[in-house]
Amino acid sequence: MRIPCPICGERDSREFTYKGAAVAMQRPDPDAGAAAWDDYLHLRDNPAGETRELWYHGAGCTGWLVVTRNTLTHRILAAGLASELAR
Amino acid sequence: MRLAGLGLIDRDTPLRFTFDGRSYEGFQGDTLASALLANNVRLMARSFKYHRPRGVLTAGSEEPNALVTIGRGAAQTPNVRATVQEIFAGLEARGQNAWPSVNHDLMAVNDLLSPFLGAGFYYKTFMWPRRFWESLYEPVIRRAAGLGALGGDADRAQYDKAFAHCDLLVIGGGPAGLVAALLAGRAGADVILADEDSRFGGRLLAETEEVGGVPGPDWVAGVLAELSGMGNVRLMVRTTVTGAYDQGTYGALERVSLHRTDPGDAPLETFWRIAAKQVVLASGAIERPIAFPMNDRPGIMMAGAVRAYLNRWGVAAGRRVAVFANNDGAHRTARDLARAGVEIAAVIDSRPDAQASGDYPVFTGTTITGTSGRHGIEEITIPDRGDTRAIKCDCLAMSGGWNPALHLTSHMGARPVWQDDIAAFVPAKDAVPGMTVAGAARGVFSTAGCLADGARAAGKALQALGKPVKKPELPQAEDGAYALAPLWQVPGKGRAWLDFQNDVTVKDVKLAAQENFRSVEHMKRYTTQGMATDQGKTSNIAAMAVLADATGRSLPETGTTTFRPPYTPVTIAAMGAGGLDKGFAPERFMTSHTASLQRGAPMIEAGLWYRPSYFPAPHETTWREACDREVLMVRNAVGVADVSTLGKIDIQGPDSARFLDFVYSNRFSTLKPGRVRYGLMLREDGHVMDDGTTARLGDRHYLMTTTTAAAGPVMMHLDWVKQGLMPGADVQFVSVTEQWAQFAVAGPGARAVLDLVLDTPLDPADWPFMACGAVQVMGVAGRLFRISFSGEEGYEIAVPARFGENLFRVLVSHAESLGGGPYGMEALNVLRIEKGFVTHAEIHGRVTAFDIGMQRMISPGKDCIGKAASQRPGLSGPDRDQLVGLRPIGAVQDFAAGGHLFADANPATAKNSEGYVTSVGYSPVQQSYLGMGFLRNGRARHGETVRLVDHLRGIEARCVVTDPVVFDPDGGRMRA
Amino acid sequence: MPRLIAKSACDGLLPVTIGSVTLSEFSPDAITSLAPFNGRAAAVSGALKSAIGAGFPAANRCTGKAGARVAWSGIGQALVIGPRVEIDGAAMTDQTDAWACLALDGARAGEVLARLCPLDLRDSQFKTGHAARSLLGHMTGLFLRTGARRFELLVFRSMAQTAVHELTGAMTSVDAQA
Repeated sequence: MRIPCPICGERDSREFTYKGAAVAMQRPDPDAGAAAWDDYLHLRDNPAGETRELWYHGAGCTGWLVVTRNTLTHRILAAGLASELAR
Repeated sequence: MRLAGLGLIDRDTPLRFTFDGRSYEGFQGDTLASALLANNVRLMARSFKYHRPRGVLTAGSEEPNALVTIGRGAAQTPNVRATVQEIFAGLEARGQNAWPSVNHDLMAVNDLLSPFLGAGFYYKTFMWPRRFWESLYEPVIRRAAGLGALGGDADRAQYDKAFAHCDLLVIGGGPAGLVAALLAGRAGADVILADEDSRFGGRLLAETEEVGGVPGPDWVAGVLAELSGMGNVRLMVRTTVTGAYDQGTYGALERVSLHRTDPGDAPLETFWRIAAKQVVLASGAIERPIAFPMNDRPGIMMAGAVRAYLNRWGVAAGRRVAVFANNDGAHRTARDLARAGVEIAAVIDSRPDAQASGDYPVFTGTTITGTSGRHGIEEITIPDRGDTRAIKCDCLAMSGGWNPALHLTSHMGARPVWQDDIAAFVPAKDAVPGMTVAGAARGVFSTAGCLADGARAAGKALQALGKPVKKPELPQAEDGAYALAPLWQVPGKGRAWLDFQNDVTVKDVKLAAQENFRSVEHMKRYTTQGMATDQGKTSNIAAMAVLADATGRSLPETGTTTFRPPYTPVTIAAMGAGGLDKGFAPERFMTSHTASLQRGAPMIEAGLWYRPSYFPAPHETTWREACDREVLMVRNAVGVADVSTLGKIDIQGPDSARFLDFVYSNRFSTLKPGRVRYGLMLREDGHVMDDGTTARLGDRHYLMTTTTAAAGPVMMHLDWVKQGLMPGADVQFVSVTEQWAQFAVAGPGARAVLDLVLDTPLDPADWPFMACGAVQVMGVAGRLFRISFSGEEGYEIAVPARFGENLFRVLVSHAESLGGGPYGMEALNVLRIEKGFVTHAEIHGRVTAFDIGMQRMISPGKDCIGKAASQRPGLSGPDRDQLVGLRPIGAVQDFAAGGHLFADANPATAKNSEGYVTSVGYSPVQQSYLGMGFLRNGRARHGETVRLVDHLRGIEARCVVTDPVVFDPDGGRMRA
Repeated sequence: MPRLIAKSACDGLLPVTIGSVTLSEFSPDAITSLAPFNGRAAAVSGALKSAIGAGFPAANRCTGKAGARVAWSGIGQALVIGPRVEIDGAAMTDQTDAWACLALDGARAGEVLARLCPLDLRDSQFKTGHAARSLLGHMTGLFLRTGARRFELLVFRSMAQTAVHELTGAMTSVDAQA
């Protein structure tokens, strides 16, 4: 598997660490309530199709990436920097 | 039998080798199979289940029968295909699955039992009594069945793995692949051409065709000459592309030295990971057998293989050869053999309308109904006017048509598509992104067709690469039509084999259908069809045809099983190359490593780091003696320990204080420059992630310390918080773990030792507990932190790593002059247990700040990672297992972490467990074992007696529950 | 009081030549990591350029020349290799002792690295002046192409022995293959 890092170009997946769904970027307010925090921390979709996931390019630029990937075809549709998407 | 004047072998280079202990001669260019056939050895193996005598069936990697064992001892390699193994001087090969030899195999008695050993026999037969399975049935079956065995010793041979990158990977160097590589190379693309054979050319090496007016092998040589002259084409021979993976990644196994007598320092094999932008798959086709009665005798071979042995290796597979086929192509075998002077016993074509003629008997519209011959074929039987006719032969060349070798197109999940005119599955369209299939691999079987298709595929790939595409001029070549009438099985008396390697017959497949294993996947597992090392390359399609017939469905309706990587077996040692011994994981050494070893310190692993366990003194015989001495040394004099493995992260910027307030549960914005504070880091789910001290070096400059184990994860976490949660925060951080060698100097004599290495002696007024600052250490700029993990007056002194070894030696020698010395991890552990300090034994991922009594470190009035979740009900309160100290009552034999805690009156069962022990050590100060652990509502139970039970180690002890801090509870010593 | 004695990361291990490839250690006077604060990237690059003649590099690139190089080492961060610098507007951290600095010279140096590193190191893709963080076996490292036949790589100092072990193993294997 190869991941197109927006900084480094296409790199071997062994340089990356998978870090779960990109919903981790939507951190609730501290007082959003138990349900919102439960949802944020523990509840994840498991789509057959497009999904947005976080990958850490730890052995590369150290960027956190948001990778849009199709779980059925394994095709990678987009990859962006979390720091830019989070703004 | 070797024929004069034929073949591509080097007759000037004879090579001697042995098979089953007998010495034979072959030539450079021979495979083990061709050399044995040249020596008239037909019997090469015994079958898996029935121990039937078997000879070579094919001339390629699809070989199901001729599996041999190469070498001896640790280097012994089982299940090597004789058709792939090239001979070399001194090659030692042995038949397998036979005792004492393939010629005289006592296990052949299984063949007589075959009526009882049909599909699923062991599921039915060995059902009961149940206890017999492990003790009797399985060992017996395992001994009787099977292929080769390993030598049993660790394989010390050299293997490699490597990465390669290219614009275009061409898989297969036959006519289609060669043209594709040539055109792409000429267009300037970076090309890798890989072929599993020992030389390029594919079928052109095995046929007598001309290409461009010259013999096929000469045309191949011309193409190769041009390719090797190009700087942008890499030719990889003996390289099997074994798998297609995501985003253009391919696995390939190169046999680097398996054909050499002495590989020297070269690896036996290299496992390649090839990243290719485009791929042309030109992997050819595999000829398929026909399932007629008793079709497994040595001497029964594929017609194309018989031709290959003749034309490429100059070997006649028999003296009197019969041909049995359902297609035109196989008639070439008869023509080529006859031209070489080999007698053709008969040509039998199942098609009534077959057009065939020759100077030999031809039978059309008929089939073979039986064979005979004990260790090899001697006779075939065909129907003759209501009776049968026997024809003597010592070789039968058969062909049921060809199946495209489309396996790689299925590796990403695509299903092959049935094509009626060639009665075969062909690759699905766009099966693998970036891959174009060319030639026989997609059912184009003529040479001219393959050349044109290779050019088409190259054009498509070049276009995708944005390279110029020119209309190629292709050489003249054979362009005959491929005509066949499907023939999968021939009814008759006797077993008709489908899967030769796993001994699966037509009857087995029919039985599976009859017992309602009608899905291909169920039939496969019930009969083991296609599950041997050859993965059914020669047999799967025929087995599916038999299943289709037995279940009254069409072949496309029946479908295929899924082809998965690897295409051919891959040596595990090649995939794991470089992972033996020191290659398993990097070793991280502290600067004091050599000095510690010189003092006899045994090393223990801490992640990748190696840390000294203890420093044995003369006359000490156990680690405990050394540990006790080192603990007392720190408590009473002074000790020196290398603590460089702790993670150190330099944090700078206007937002650094705000950043730290968010990642730590407690505040760092209020820390004064020149001071250090203990910090607790939570995960977002409210559990403790890590702890450590952080120093404020300047207004906008901090130095964070992590635990050794969490250094990497914390760095990743900080990157996450900055990039994912605080984008735009003006803070920069970088690891300085490797930059600094840092040593703990602890004990009442610590300051005296420091004064001997600092250019300016310490003024105690400037260095209260938790102070930090810059110092000059023997002429070098260093840092000093007054922190303590031992409970004594303690400092950590840091210098740039290049000075680390020297400073360690100097500190130790000064400490020794004051009655102290170095201390290791064992003593460090006891010291911190006496003080109740936690490590990752306690903050193991399932504990909260509340559990370890640090709930007040979650600062009110600010948000932090993990704050919201930590306030969730259930993460605090009396139901939680809380950190406690444990002290055994009376004398105990042993006391170890891992045991569970039980109320005194309760039986020690899982249901009654009220906690567990995380750390223990023997405190020479308290003259008692001390433990730390978690106990339900433990903070309210100090003084209570509980039972520690460790069923695994057989430990049972009664303990008093205490506060975790046992030694110097008010901290007076470390503040001294 | 005597001055502390320095010891290099690969002390006693290098240089090693196997076949046509040589692995050696080099010791820059200083390595300083430089990470410009928000909005200061241009100013930092300018200051760097006037100080040592090499600006802040683009991602995966290197500026300057032997003795005074600036190598990109991650998002928003570069290593100044050679001269000691003082630049305003950036986080600066001394990393001189953090790295084992290795040089791999020879026509087959790329083939050696291809056994350990998943980077695309083809001449057409990883040219002189290119830099990349990637893996050397199980270790992370910074890879620089500093000449047609020369790669420089920086690995964690504590892993210097493993790096030398891995690289010399690959050199031996490559040399044994024609």
